[in-house]
Amino acid sequence: MIKKSPGERTFDVFNYFILTILALSCVLPFIHLLAVSFSSSAAATQGRVGLWPTDFALNSYIYAFQRPDFVRSFGITIERVVLGLAVNMLLVIITAYPLSKSKGVFAGRTPIAWFFVITMFVSGGLVPTYMIVAGTGLKNTIWSLILPGAVPVFYLVILLNFFRQIPKELEESALIDGAGQFRILWQIFVPLSIPALATLTIYTIVGHWNEWFNGLIYMDDARNYPLQTYLQNIITTPDFSLYDPLQLELMRKISNKTFRAAQIMIVTVPVLATYPFLQKYFISGMTLGSLKG
Amino acid sequence: MNLERVLQKKKHRKIEYSFYLMVLPAMVLVAIYSYGPLVGWTMAFQQYDITQGLFGSPYVGWDNFVYLFTKYPGFWRVIGNTLTISVAKMVVNFFVPIIVALLLNEVTVRRYKKSLQTVMYLPHFISWVVISGLMIDILSPTDGVVNVIIKALGGQSIYFLGTPAIFPAVMVISDAWKGFGFSTILYMAALTGIDPQLYEAATIDGASRWKRCWHITVPGIVPIMVLSGILSLGSLFNAGFDQIFNLYNPAVYSTGDVLDTFTYRIGFKNWQYDIATAVGIVKSCVSLVMISASYFIAYKLADYRIF
Repeated sequence: MIKKSPGERTFDVFNYFILTILALSCVLPFIHLLAVSFSSSAAATQGRVGLWPTDFALNSYIYAFQRPDFVRSFGITIERVVLGLAVNMLLVIITAYPLSKSKGVFAGRTPIAWFFVITMFVSGGLVPTYMIVAGTGLKNTIWSLILPGAVPVFYLVILLNFFRQIPKELEESALIDGAGQFRILWQIFVPLSIPALATLTIYTIVGHWNEWFNGLIYMDDARNYPLQTYLQNIITTPDFSLYDPLQLELMRKISNKTFRAAQIMIVTVPVLATYPFLQKYFISGMTLGSLKG
Repeated sequence: MNLERVLQKKKHRKIEYSFYLMVLPAMVLVAIYSYGPLVGWTMAFQQYDITQGLFGSPYVGWDNFVYLFTKYPGFWRVIGNTLTISVAKMVVNFFVPIIVALLLNEVTVRRYKKSLQTVMYLPHFISWVVISGLMIDILSPTDGVVNVIIKALGGQSIYFLGTPAIFPAVMVISDAWKGFGFSTILYMAALTGIDPQLYEAATIDGASRWKRCWHITVPGIVPIMVLSGILSLGSLFNAGFDQIFNLYNPAVYSTGDVLDTFTYRIGFKNWQYDIATAVGIVKSCVSLVMISASYFIAYKLADYRIF
């Protein structure tokens, strides 16, 4: 190795410093909130909590899990993630497969692919979509959180491109053996696409876990809110008629700080906990979607 | 093609039939929930009456659009806010990940580089609802950490989320903070593709570190830079609904209210479905043009294809 010049060494110090600060900025807020959630409310409201709990207390967590509406929302989110994952993945797989064929094999391929892709370019907008969901009778049901987004077109495109890279010889031999298309899909394409499918699965789970807006507009009764909507409801200002910033601030204060922190943590921890294990899939997915071809 | 011949033997028709069967469920759902709303666009040309419905409400032509463009309070201000915030986000979100990727590339301790990356990706996976809760807490003018520090240094406490002059900047910075790490992934992937021999050769030739970065690293990521820059143009009218909706309040409407939040309030607070739909159409049309143009340019310049 060539020795580094003093200038380069200064740069190194500076570089490590900047990057470390940036990285810390990404975790410290979460650690701070975690500390708040485990502190006494007095310490929290007085701003005496830094990165470690002050006057350690578990009350907030106990209180959160004793609240029926919180537990109920948790259940709704679980239901939504499971159901949503099943619907999304099934549809993406069975739709991507025929669309990955060449025009000679599946004549309808190109127009049908465009039929899906156009929806990435043009959207009906908030109110018309709402009316269709209401018109098809989904309001106040779990399906309002699942069916409007049942076909994630972007994932469809990713999987379609992945399927295309699978060698055709495998399929040919299966065809000669008399396998039907559904069997070829499940027994050849799906097993060979596990990395891509794992990535999409994770994205779908995180997506359903984090989604809050559909819950807000499609559920009339707050008792049917999924977790993120429930959280949104308690975090954001409850009253839009308050125009005075100081009053607004006061309103935000009223809801117990540590209790709110605990609820935020409970919602965030599942993502945080699985995150390190899933990281490699997140990354492969990101490059999968953008660097193809 | 061998496959084609095999297929012909195996009754091509029957195979195509099963293909259609496979795409059918998704097509039906997309037809209902993505194309169905387009039928609702007729509301924008009606004086929509909920009791009369889509087929009974009186037709008024372009009146709603004229009203929106000429009289509706706040419309042009909202357009201005949307463009300001989204353009600022485009610029910041373009440069920050590139700079961070270049800096990360100079980190020679591999383990440390990996840990830095892992930590930086994190905020991307947390919902704006949670991040908003975090920000409201941290930026609180009374007991938020940031203001506690400002006050300790002898400054005045700042109400970040309630001051119109600061609010857009807070949106841009927090958006960059949430996404910069994840956006570096693409650049880091491109950087690993650069041949290490280039660096070795340059070092032997006496090229300084800065020169190596400028002449080897940067050209290595230019294609990705161009592509992501172009594709980001499609979000011209997307200032970030999830973020702004969860952080704004009436005190900052003058600078923080954007098209999506505006539409939401017209539709679900004022119950003016016709006007809300008209705003949606305006947004959809501009987005269509921008996205199509960006994909077209990306296709021409970088040979980028969707499928």
